Amino acid sequence: MIRLAFTIIAGVLLGGVVHLVSVLALPRIATQDAYSRLTPMTKENAVTALPLPEPNNAPMPFMDPAFAVAICRYDLKDGPLKLTVPVSQAYTSVSFYTRNEVAYYAINDRSAGRKVIELDLMTEDQHSALPEDEEVTAADRLIIDSPTTTGLIVLKALAPEPGLMPQAQASLAASRCTLQTEPPPAKQPEPAAPAPAPAPAPKGKR
Amino acid sequence: MRLIFITLLALALATAVGLGSTYMTATRGTDLGTLTIGAWTARPKSGSSEIDPYSRASIARSGELPIGTGDGIAFTATTDDKRKALDGRCDVIVSGVTPAARFWTLTLYDRKGHLVANSLQRYGFTSQEIVRGSDGAFEIRVAARSRAGNWLPTGGIERYTLMLRLYDTPVGVATRTQRDAPMPSVATVNCP
Repeated sequence: MIRLAFTIIAGVLLGGVVHLVSVLALPRIATQDAYSRLTPMTKENAVTALPLPEPNNAPMPFMDPAFAVAICRYDLKDGPLKLTVPVSQAYTSVSFYTRNEVAYYAINDRSAGRKVIELDLMTEDQHSALPEDEEVTAADRLIIDSPTTTGLIVLKALAPEPGLMPQAQASLAASRCTLQTEPPPAKQPEPAAPAPAPAPAPKGKR
Repeated sequence: MRLIFITLLALALATAVGLGSTYMTATRGTDLGTLTIGAWTARPKSGSSEIDPYSRASIARSGELPIGTGDGIAFTATTDDKRKALDGRCDVIVSGVTPAARFWTLTLYDRKGHLVANSLQRYGFTSQEIVRGSDGAFEIRVAARSRAGNWLPTGGIERYTLMLRLYDTPVGVATRTQRDAPMPSVATVNCP
């Protein structure tokens, strides 16, 4: 009888260990997490607009139907990423998630403080490898360190009324996320091209 | 023989207890780091790197993306102020004021996070499209049949979840009480 009680206590204690291990392991072994759901429908290192959520067909649960959403699924192994998001009329935000859906950084149009949200995303290694003088010229660009090499950037634009949804989608369609390849000057004309109207404004504002 | 039996029993018990409790915490969530104001519950740390392992597990399981702290905060309600489960066949009134935020949205989901089909294709309200009284307060009627004013259709489903998202708001990790964040009241009126 004592032996049985001892068995039960040992089983419950061991169960606690199993519980802790499985909770910690779940984000790594989950197959229906947001990153896995979005992988088939998004391009790597490019902005993909998500369809609006509908009752029977939504890319993820608990999506806000008032927002136009676009995803940039990134992989930084070939270099840092440059992100340019023109601000929409109402509210625009950019959120960064690791491969395991930890939201490590988010910024909205007001805290960005300009008409175009411009960010450089890189791994910590790439950030420390950045030449010193280049960092000075990049001082007015925001540099974000990604904890993981892969992850998700979620671009959102609010449509305060349903009729304004096309405008919100159009402003996201003008956003770019591109790998910064070795010669930076060659890439220079590209961020200016997609949004001709809002592009000159930030320079005047600063 | 007896030793093998006892070892197997202990291991089976460990598996059942361990995985069972993991399943429970991942589906129902825990009270770790929650902020509860009236009927509304939020997890301010879920939108940051300081997210607790239980929230990470439940997010990985459901497949959602938590709203980032620099973006806003999401409050959910599955019951009314009297802890009665929200029933789509009843009339539920969400009224009052919301905490300071540039925008907010109120959305109705089923318990799994899907939008609920209705003929109006109305799944929620934003702070801009809501009809308000002269004092700035609002009243949203969540009901199966059409109502005057701000009507949010439930499609007649039995259990649903309301989600109030505040965007660009000071409400967050530092928020503790109703005084910091005056949340709207949720009341069930006339149930059939």
